[in-house]
Amino acid sequence: MPDATGLELLAKELQESEGMGAEAILGTLYFRGHATLEAQPQRIRAVLGRLRERGYRSLMSVHGVDYYPHEPRLGVHYELLDMDKVDRVTVVVRVSTDAPDLDSVTPDGEDGKGWPTADHQEREIYDMFGVAFHGHPDMRRILMPEDYEGHPQRRDFPVGGEPVIFTYNEHESSGVTR
Amino acid sequence: MTVADQQLSEYRRREQSITLSQVEQSGEDTHEELLTLNFGPHHPATHGVLRLLVTLQGEVVRSIKPVIGYVHTGIEKTAEDKAYWKAIPVVERMDYLSYYFNSMAYVGAVETLLEVEVPKRAQYLRVIHLELNRIASHLIWLGTSALDLGAVSIFLYCLRERELILDLFEMSSGARMHTRYFQVGGVMEDIPVGFVEKTREFTKVMPARADQYGAILNANQIVLQRLRGTCPLDAETLLSLGVTGPLLRAAGNPWDLRKAAPYSSYDDFDFKIPVGTVGDNYDRFAVRVAEIYESVKIIDQALDGLPEGPHITTDRKIALPPRHELATSMEALIHHFKLVTEGFRVPPGEIYYPIESPRGELACFVRSDGSSKPARVHMRDPSFVNLQALSHMAEGSYIADMIATLAMLDPILGGIDR
Repeated sequence: MPDATGLELLAKELQESEGMGAEAILGTLYFRGHATLEAQPQRIRAVLGRLRERGYRSLMSVHGVDYYPHEPRLGVHYELLDMDKVDRVTVVVRVSTDAPDLDSVTPDGEDGKGWPTADHQEREIYDMFGVAFHGHPDMRRILMPEDYEGHPQRRDFPVGGEPVIFTYNEHESSGVTR
Repeated sequence: MTVADQQLSEYRRREQSITLSQVEQSGEDTHEELLTLNFGPHHPATHGVLRLLVTLQGEVVRSIKPVIGYVHTGIEKTAEDKAYWKAIPVVERMDYLSYYFNSMAYVGAVETLLEVEVPKRAQYLRVIHLELNRIASHLIWLGTSALDLGAVSIFLYCLRERELILDLFEMSSGARMHTRYFQVGGVMEDIPVGFVEKTREFTKVMPARADQYGAILNANQIVLQRLRGTCPLDAETLLSLGVTGPLLRAAGNPWDLRKAAPYSSYDDFDFKIPVGTVGDNYDRFAVRVAEIYESVKIIDQALDGLPEGPHITTDRKIALPPRHELATSMEALIHHFKLVTEGFRVPPGEIYYPIESPRGELACFVRSDGSSKPARVHMRDPSFVNLQALSHMAEGSYIADMIATLAMLDPILGGIDR
């Protein structure tokens, strides 16, 4: 992992690289030996591309987190790995539930090569949290059935899924038959 | 033909006109159609409830689309509702053949958040159980893959060895599978008397048994023809797809987290990483079989060097006090009560803890908000990411090669679907 000073230098380097601007990196966090960069949602492809040039060529995991009740609620974490130096860095992006839009990092864009490994993982984040990835080649649910309504991994989604239907509430059912 | 030709039926006349040259059917389009078949979730060769939509042109696979989610049980959602201690059995059941690895990733993440030190003896015991589980997982993989190729007898031989391993697990923790043996801060209980001897009996026997599997499979023409040269994929594509583990090592990249970023005292042990050259199905097969020998070496070294000491951290705010103290000490009673009812609280933070499971990089992401229940548990499962490589590997090959590739991919649907 880059240590705390290394992380600050990395963040500064990303902000100063061309086309990025100072708002691209919103913050840094060094916690328990792990380095995290918070990036602006609109710049996620550029940030990952720059980190790839710096050596972090493997995207190991893309996963979502619901930070309820903190706003913006939905977070997407990109875990990057530099295999040659055995270095890891996390890039976090926060979007709100009102506008849960992000650029997909899966396809090759004009701004550089994509990360094909994010294919199924972005579909899972869409399925579980509702973050829509624009430009994804196949944006549909992966674990839940295609016609499912709701995003199960959000914190305000009940653990039991749909409420259990008893006689006192059977007429309130959402229409989804078991 | 001595029988008069006009007595022959139309069918018989057509039959006589068949030559070995290409058949021309009158009036029909001679282009081959693309046929999309459903390799349904109920299928003996899909290693679980995996559904593949396979588009075929004749026998050649043109595209594969995996459809998953048939065994999605909401493990990550369930774990959010449980105390950290109680989430361990939930998380263990994700990748159901490498259960110690699931719990190791989760428990390691929580220990990093808590900044608690795991005693050396517990680390060695963890390594012994992890490597035994690695051998057990590879044995099931070998048995089911040979079953897919048609070598039915290998399956029961592999299960015979796995019975020895499951007996060892039963000896140390009481359960054969999903043992809850790894706890936050160490292991649940110290190993009983006789465990070390019984494990040594196993490690003495296992290399000879693995030689037997090699003797049956490595010289078998059918296995060689089905695995050699089929569905290779280079390391560059595998890396861009996020594939790790034996698949990447078969393609030539010696990436193994046990060596690159050692956790739980793996750097105390001397073992090699088997690496393939071509990246075809035979290399994937050979790498996993070679890993069995290396795991046996690690277990032997861990048994030789097993240090004395506590089997779990002595921090009573995290680990339960031993039962005999409850009768005499008030503090122990209070700690026990608080741990069992509410559980320990983890300071707020997020962590991503990766380990090397039999299928690749298994990582656990835990976010804690300061309470006694995790706010988010995500398991980065290697099979989920490795499945994306199936279409790259098997497109353009025959159905039989696709079956062999799926077997060599070693997908575990419990991990894919969670």
